Amino acid sequence: MSNPENLGYTTDHEWVDLADPASATVGVTKYAADALGDVVYVQLPEVGATLTTGEACGEIESTKSVSDLFAPGDGVVVEINEAVVDTPELVNTDPFGDGWLFRFRVDGEPELLTAAAYAEHTKEG
Amino acid sequence: MSTPSPLHAVHEALSASFTDFAGWSMPLRYGSELAEHKAVRTASGLFDLSHMGEIELTGPEAAQALDFALVGKLSAVKPGKARYTMICDDEGGVLDDLVVYRLAADKYMVVANASNAATVAAALRERADGFAVEVDDRSASLALIAVQGPTSTAIIGSVTDADLDALAYYASVPSAIAGIDILLARTGYTGEDGFEVYVDGAKAPEVWRLLTEVGQEHGLLPAGLACRDTLRLEAGMPLYGNELSASFTPFDAGLGRVVKFDKPGGFVGKEALERRRDADVETKVLVGLIGSGKRAPRHGYAVLDGDGAQVGTVTSGALSPTLGHPIAMAYVPVAVSEPGTALTVDIRGTGAPVEVVKLPFYQRQA
Repeated sequence: MSNPENLGYTTDHEWVDLADPASATVGVTKYAADALGDVVYVQLPEVGATLTTGEACGEIESTKSVSDLFAPGDGVVVEINEAVVDTPELVNTDPFGDGWLFRFRVDGEPELLTAAAYAEHTKEG
Repeated sequence: MSTPSPLHAVHEALSASFTDFAGWSMPLRYGSELAEHKAVRTASGLFDLSHMGEIELTGPEAAQALDFALVGKLSAVKPGKARYTMICDDEGGVLDDLVVYRLAADKYMVVANASNAATVAAALRERADGFAVEVDDRSASLALIAVQGPTSTAIIGSVTDADLDALAYYASVPSAIAGIDILLARTGYTGEDGFEVYVDGAKAPEVWRLLTEVGQEHGLLPAGLACRDTLRLEAGMPLYGNELSASFTPFDAGLGRVVKFDKPGGFVGKEALERRRDADVETKVLVGLIGSGKRAPRHGYAVLDGDGAQVGTVTSGALSPTLGHPIAMAYVPVAVSEPGTALTVDIRGTGAPVEVVKLPFYQRQA
C-alpha cells in the first residue's frame, strides 16, 4: 500500500491528516504496522491531554514488542478512537482508515514529511 | 550480509517478512503471527529452522567424547533416541542448550542454537581431542523443516513410509520424502506434537513444496520465528539468551536434572557444577507469572515484591495468544517462588499485579 499523498508524516512513522487543524487525525503508517506485527494493545492519550512534538503520548504493543507513540505536533487531544482500543488489530488491517488513533487541535504548524519524503525515509538500504 | 536459508526463495514467494537472526536472514512471519500461532495449536505450522546448527560426531568413541563434552550422559541414550542436554564451560555456565540425537552406536548429531552454533562446534572439536571421533559441522549444508501441531502426524504420515506409531517423542528414524533422504525426528519447540525433518539444503525446497501441498487439507500454514517465540513461551521452554546464558548454571535455571554426575570419567564443568549443587546459597529459580489485561511483562522488566523492592527480572513475556492473558517467565528468590504468590511487574513505570504459577502455561491435551 502506498502512503496517501494528502497526509503528512513523521520520521517516527505516524501520519497526520491536517485537513481540519481543529481536529487533525493521527495514526501510524502501514510501514510501521507491518514492522510491529500483530498489534495487541494500544494506549492512547486522554482527551484534553497536552501534546508536545516528539514526546511520547501513548504506546503500541505488538506480540513481540512495545513502541512509544510520539506526538506529531503541539496541541490538545480532542478525540480518541475507542474502536482501536477495543480492537487493536485495526492498526494492522486499516492503518490509514479505521485504525486511526486520536485527533488533536493543532497549535502552530507541525513539521511533517511529504508522502514522497516519507517513502524515501523508509526505503531499505 | 546475512546468510539466506536454502528456502529463501520459497519464503520470498510467500511474501515473508524477514529478520536477521544470528547472521541468518529468516522468515519472521508470512502474514499474521497470531494466525500462525493459532494454526500450530489447532492444525499445523510449517517452520524453516535451517539456521540451527547441526554437528555430527562419528567414531568408536563418539559416546565417550560427548559424555566428556556435555553435562548429560549421552552414552546412555539408545540409538534412535534423542536427549535434551547442555554444554557448559569450566565454571558451569551454560554455553548452549542442545538436542542430541543418537543416530547409531557410533554416530550422534548435536543440534545447537543458531547464535551458538559456531561456539558449540569449536568447543566440541576441542573437547573431542584425544577421543577416536570425527567432528563434522554440517550446519551450512543441512536444512531443517519442522511440522508442528495436532495434524502433523496426518501430514507426515502421508509423505513418508515411516511407522509414526513406533516413533516416540524424542526419537528419530532415517526416512524419505518423495525419494529424498531425510532424518525424521519427533521433536519440537512449540508444546505440540510435531516432527522435524533434517534434509540436504539443496533438496529442502522440494520437501517444503510437498509438505505444503499435502498439508493444505490439514490446515497447515507456513509459520515464522515470531510465533515460534510465543509458542515456546506458552510451553514454558527456555530460550538461550533469555532464560539461559553463560552466567547461569543449569541449576540456576531449574534444570539441574540435566547434569549427570554419575558418568565414568570427568566432564567439562563438573567441579564447578558440584560446588554449585552443594552450595547453601539463596538461589533464584525460574517461575511462571500470569497477569490480567493486555499489557505483557517483557524481557528485562523488574519483578517487585509487596514492598516494591525488586526481587527478580522478567526473562521472557508476551500476551499469550492461546490463553488471552499476559504470561512471563522470571527469575525470583525461592522465598517468593511458590505458586499463588502475588508479585508486581514494573511495566514501563506502571506496577502490574502478577501471580506466580507452575510452568508450563499451556499443555496440550494428551
